[in-house]
Amino acid sequence: MAMAAAPTLPIYHGLRAAAPAKQPAPAKLTAHSHCRLALPLRARASSSSSRPLRHVAANAVATKEAVSTSSSTQGGHELLMFEALREGLGEEMERDPNVCVIGEDVGDYGGSYKVTKGFTEKFGSWRVLDTPIAENSFTGMAIGAAMTGLRPVVEGMNMGFLLLAYNQIANNCGMLHYTSGGQFTIPIVIRGPGGVGRQLGAEHSQRLESYFQSVPGLQMVACSTPYNAKGLMKAAIRCENPVILYEHVLLYNLKERIPDEEYTCCLEEAEMVRPGSDITILTYSRMRYHVTQAAKTLVDRGYDPEIIDIRSLKPFDMYTIGESIKKTHRVLIVEECMRTGGIGASLRSAIMETFWDELDGPIGCLSSQDVPTPYSGPLEELTVVQPPQIVAAVENLCGKK
Amino acid sequence: MAALSSLRVVVPQVDITRGASGAQGAHSAGAVGDKAFFGLRSGQRLGAEVGRVTLRGCGVAVPAGNVRATAAASKVVKEKAKSEKAQLLVTKEEGLELYEDMVLGRSFEDMCAQMYYRGKMFGFVHLYNGQEAVSTGFIKLLRKEDYVTSTYRDHVHALSKGVPARQVMAELFGKTTGCCRGQGGSMHMFSAEHGLLGGFAFIGEGIPVAVGAAFSSKYKREVLKDDKADTVSIAFFGDGTANNGQFFECLNMAQLWKLPVIFVVENNLWAIGMSHYRSTSDVEIWKKGPAFGMASAHVDGMDVLKVREVAKEAVARARRGDGPTLIECETYRFRGHSLADPDELRSPAEKAHYAARDPIVALKKYLLENELATEADLKSIEKKIDDVVEDAVEFADASPLPQRSQLLENVFADPKGFGIGPDGKYRCEDPGFTAGTAQV
Repeated sequence: MAMAAAPTLPIYHGLRAAAPAKQPAPAKLTAHSHCRLALPLRARASSSSSRPLRHVAANAVATKEAVSTSSSTQGGHELLMFEALREGLGEEMERDPNVCVIGEDVGDYGGSYKVTKGFTEKFGSWRVLDTPIAENSFTGMAIGAAMTGLRPVVEGMNMGFLLLAYNQIANNCGMLHYTSGGQFTIPIVIRGPGGVGRQLGAEHSQRLESYFQSVPGLQMVACSTPYNAKGLMKAAIRCENPVILYEHVLLYNLKERIPDEEYTCCLEEAEMVRPGSDITILTYSRMRYHVTQAAKTLVDRGYDPEIIDIRSLKPFDMYTIGESIKKTHRVLIVEECMRTGGIGASLRSAIMETFWDELDGPIGCLSSQDVPTPYSGPLEELTVVQPPQIVAAVENLCGKK
Repeated sequence: MAALSSLRVVVPQVDITRGASGAQGAHSAGAVGDKAFFGLRSGQRLGAEVGRVTLRGCGVAVPAGNVRATAAASKVVKEKAKSEKAQLLVTKEEGLELYEDMVLGRSFEDMCAQMYYRGKMFGFVHLYNGQEAVSTGFIKLLRKEDYVTSTYRDHVHALSKGVPARQVMAELFGKTTGCCRGQGGSMHMFSAEHGLLGGFAFIGEGIPVAVGAAFSSKYKREVLKDDKADTVSIAFFGDGTANNGQFFECLNMAQLWKLPVIFVVENNLWAIGMSHYRSTSDVEIWKKGPAFGMASAHVDGMDVLKVREVAKEAVARARRGDGPTLIECETYRFRGHSLADPDELRSPAEKAHYAARDPIVALKKYLLENELATEADLKSIEKKIDDVVEDAVEFADASPLPQRSQLLENVFADPKGFGIGPDGKYRCEDPGFTAGTAQV
């Protein structure tokens, strides 16, 4: 039976998990990975722990003082985020013939946001499977395929459509490894565009990360730059756990220069966007850009915010977050989820529990309004957190300067 | 081989919407009712004999209002058997194998009931008594590497597929030696070694998993160019599931891509307390296959030999790449929906009718009448099974319950999924991790 992807330690982890997890083609992976357990090429001895140097990512809305994201300042190539996703996915499909794409309009149409454009010609229709409109069933089918040796990447045309696949994602994707006593792995990636766009209406503007975060057994990451989009896509495909990769409808045309050499990003790590000292601002996905925009104003007014893109929505990188809080003692979370039951709610709770002694004040949390996203422009703008609100919140938490 | 071994599966030939232009080829269909469903190669067009309406173009006959097939084909079998005495449906070895498997299923389930009432297992336990012919008839034709998905009524599918009775019983007792380490329970039997892809509590959610396994099989042929990849998947589910969206979605996809999967509807007429006739607009589930262009069959699910004949055809079709089949098995559960079900809605007459068609009794009769086995042979099998089931209970009783440390194992295949703790290390690297909480 084709259980090649099953872990070598089928039902045990714990002490022995300190050994590097089974990864295919390790030689290719570790050389360029920023993954925590591997030795990155450019690791410099950090003062505190054995953690590798965190690279500083640029604000993809390019500013003059932006630091280059690529590990090579010369070379690299410029592309848009959807192309970065395509590159990552294409590389993994070339590397491992078991990787396939399943979703609506992924083949001939090239994907609703062109992430799989050209793939049918390259890989054939079986590897880029155009499905009928049956999310629950084709997600379940992908899970059955994952249990029997394949590594499917399921695309939700819009993440919101995956609400129809909630049954399969919760029961089978997340829980089946456990209920089978570790006998079956589900190395599946579920990805697609979500978040609030430009007047797409309530049903196309949903934030599914808040709905899926409670499902045990799932990992969730959100990409926000072409660099981390490609890196997370590759890492998610190679991961033995089911991973949901959240993309954002408004970020597909972000441009950035990324390395030519192969790399992956660590699924469990957060990304330092802007080091600072006054306050820790935790954010992800599109709100990262609202935060960096607000940061310009804040810097003008004399503040020094530390901005972290948490990237891993489940699990949280409590190390990066914690080290920052130990430095700044103030926290503001800026997210696009709704106030109730969002990622921010969980994060706030986790921080309070773990870093209570480090906090000088309450943890601020800016979330979207608990309303179905309205169609009309001004109303839609009001549902989502805007830069002036972020500025005001920081001023409130840090005191006026 | 008996005439029934050349059963033809109905394959719709023509697009019904364009009007019947007459089907070429030998495919013909009988109707549900008093006749066998399959046309026989002998050239009889049974479809012409029954029903007022015959959609000749697609080879599907609409029955003349006779809703439930009675033991129709058995008459045909008997007649043929008499005229061709040498032609039996099974050899002695096969017959005994089938008998043993069904007796194992029955005895195991009876023991489950006992153990449940003695407080050895808890929760929802759904027993398969009466339906053994379906499980045995299909699964005994499969290879070890073929796949099966089931529903919550999965104990006997697991046993037929080869999961040792010890492992199933230990799983029911919640012990670490269970096939799922005690983490699945009655409704979630899994076995990677034996190709059992679950055990699902929500009806319908296992069907796409079977379709996915079939997709894998076809992918290996088409993409990975593995000519030997010809595994087949069977999805077992009930009449209630046949009204669920995932059923229809999967029929469509399986037929669209001609996946090697078989959809087996174990129509036992009842979904807990909901009669099939009260919940279904068109009660004949087999008819839903041709709507998707899929070959379909209806079979007497109380007769293991008939089930086996139909299953052979379906498995052969799937294995040679001809695509999926939908098979509706008329069957019955002798017990309630679960051990918690008082089973007050089913009429005693209905229960008596099906009790008289007990599949184990029927096979026993066939084996004895056709001198394939003696009473002694069958008794020794029953004794052997009694020992197996007793041993399974003893094994499960003696096995240990899980430790605290097992709670967090298997949440993730890669335990890095628990994340990075405040100290910078992965939580799973902490030796005391599994004694802690599962927060991420």
